[in-house]
Amino acid sequence: MSGKAKTLRMRKTTVNSFINYAMVIVLFVVTQILIGQGAVSNTIQSMLVPVCCYVVMAVSLNLTVGILGELSLGHAGFMSLGAFSGIITAAVLKDAVASEPLRLAIAMVVGGIFGCIGGVIIGLPVLRLRGDYLAIVTLAFGEIIKNVIQVLYIGLDENGLHFATKESNMVMSEAGTFVVRGPMGATGVTRLSSFAAGFILILITLFVVQNLVDSRAGRAILSLRDNRIAAESVGISVTKYKLMAFVISAVLAGMAGALYGLNYSSTVASKFDFNTSILVLVYVVLGGLGSIRGSIIAAAVLTLLPELLRNGTINEYRMLIYAVILILVMLVTNNPTLRGAVDLIAKKIRSIGKKEKAEGGAQ
Amino acid sequence: MSFLSYLITGISLGSIYAIIALGYTMVYGIAKMLNFAHGDVIMVGAYVCFFTMSGLSGYLEPGSVAAAVVPQVAGVLLAMVVCTILGVVIEGLAYKPLRQAPSLAVLITAIGVSWFLQNAAQIMWGAAPKNFTSIVGGTVSLADGALNISYVTMLTVVACLVIMVALTTFIGKGKMGKAMRACSEDKAAAQLMGINVNATISVTFAIGSALAAIAGVLMCSAYPTLMPTTGALPGIKAFTAAVFGGIGSIPGAFLGGLLLGIIETFTKAYISTDLSDAIVFLVLIVVLLVKPSGLLGRIVPEKV
Repeated sequence: MSGKAKTLRMRKTTVNSFINYAMVIVLFVVTQILIGQGAVSNTIQSMLVPVCCYVVMAVSLNLTVGILGELSLGHAGFMSLGAFSGIITAAVLKDAVASEPLRLAIAMVVGGIFGCIGGVIIGLPVLRLRGDYLAIVTLAFGEIIKNVIQVLYIGLDENGLHFATKESNMVMSEAGTFVVRGPMGATGVTRLSSFAAGFILILITLFVVQNLVDSRAGRAILSLRDNRIAAESVGISVTKYKLMAFVISAVLAGMAGALYGLNYSSTVASKFDFNTSILVLVYVVLGGLGSIRGSIIAAAVLTLLPELLRNGTINEYRMLIYAVILILVMLVTNNPTLRGAVDLIAKKIRSIGKKEKAEGGAQ
Repeated sequence: MSFLSYLITGISLGSIYAIIALGYTMVYGIAKMLNFAHGDVIMVGAYVCFFTMSGLSGYLEPGSVAAAVVPQVAGVLLAMVVCTILGVVIEGLAYKPLRQAPSLAVLITAIGVSWFLQNAAQIMWGAAPKNFTSIVGGTVSLADGALNISYVTMLTVVACLVIMVALTTFIGKGKMGKAMRACSEDKAAAQLMGINVNATISVTFAIGSALAAIAGVLMCSAYPTLMPTTGALPGIKAFTAAVFGGIGSIPGAFLGGLLLGIIETFTKAYISTDLSDAIVFLVLIVVLLVKPSGLLGRIVPEKV
């Protein structure tokens, strides 16, 4: 009897993880049904893949910022690496792999590998730095990636890939085409991404991040965040676990980048700039540091919000409203006086509701 | 000769970065926050100066001495006043309630303020770029025209030096400066010594924003395109300069800004125009790896 009770009782973290999976699956199914019935506008439908990408970006950045506790301002750099390596891979494999989903999957894996390489290159040296210095180096890294891709020309012909830093220096055969054209970015990309692929990527991300946090390594990472000196003194390797979290986060961002890049027929490197990194950071902070579910909801809602505000009168002011909402939310959630006031109001409303219910019951 | 002219351009650009970086570093040193809205205050300053100048020039007789001096001086002064007020208001409304909050919350709020300023500027003044007329025109030709230095370049360097000396004296000698140093050392202890910490932080924001206004006017005089996003990239670069020199250190911001400007100009001249940003940031990364607290930053020992 007691044995049966034990198997049924799950740990809180496990329950939390399953709620997240269930939430994503339900949202996916509901959206699919709505699309089937034609209840979703074209604008929103075109936003579905970016929403998936930003959800993955937010969850993976949450691993660095919320769970590892290091501020990264260059997360879009990994996305950029993934996007362009994914686009190039898909272009190279166009004839070799006929199946589009398979080609997308390979491109996403390659994007993840490039994200991993970037994560190790940037992570090994900079994780020695702390706090704001780490933030500025990740920012610098993101800008470097953007700048380098902007001067890169990549051509593809029957002999393979050709690289050059100027359009006139490109040597390739007659049949060759440009895949990446410097500041114009990648053009003529075959669009492979689909909402289903985004959904699967979110599930993979959730699986990786939630299991990591719930593992021995995850507890080591959390202990580094809470007290690095104490964690070090009990023999936890700072470099190893910091790098682990950082690189996993970069891999997921690279995969999201590949999905994002293959969703549009053209992509420019300046899309993945400091502002994009900041945008994802905003999702993470508004969703709640360390809260995976918060990141998912914040990323999805805030990606769609500017689109939903895009009607007549508000249109011009929508980004202004967005900024004001952001400031107000930060003030209300972080200022003790304001927070107290909001809690009080919420309590009052609840008690009024209860009273009415009670009165209604009495009658 | 071209080397010398690149060097002068570099020093001038570096002086602009240094003036912006001073604002960053002072705020960081005292309020311990990264004020990402600083770059947008620069933009507001430049717009105020632009509209004052174009508004006043209509009332003055063209060609007279007054027409050559009054709009410029009024523009710079008004820009400084508006930015000072803006800086203090931003601090009071958005940052003061978050004194006790985690630094990330303050950072996100600063980003919110930055977006707000950019979008408000876009709604008020339009997204189309404005062509900023330089506050001082003309150039000096030296060595038979081989070396041309514009008056703006000279003004920028002189302004930067004056600001640097004035700021060092103010912080080193004045009572308010002493209060600032005390707050930057230990806020709680400073408060116990009878220093009004909130007022000190407000003054810091006021000075930083006034400097941002000057930087904005000088920057747009040298690089005349004025848009709502004009301040964003120089803001990031000046922040980089502040970190480069050791954030929180005033001579560090000066040195960092100057070096960054020179490196950027030389990269553009001798290596690659397109890759200049990448190389500047690469230098920053290398410097931070060798000296993690920046060139002139203090290494704070860790307490266990």
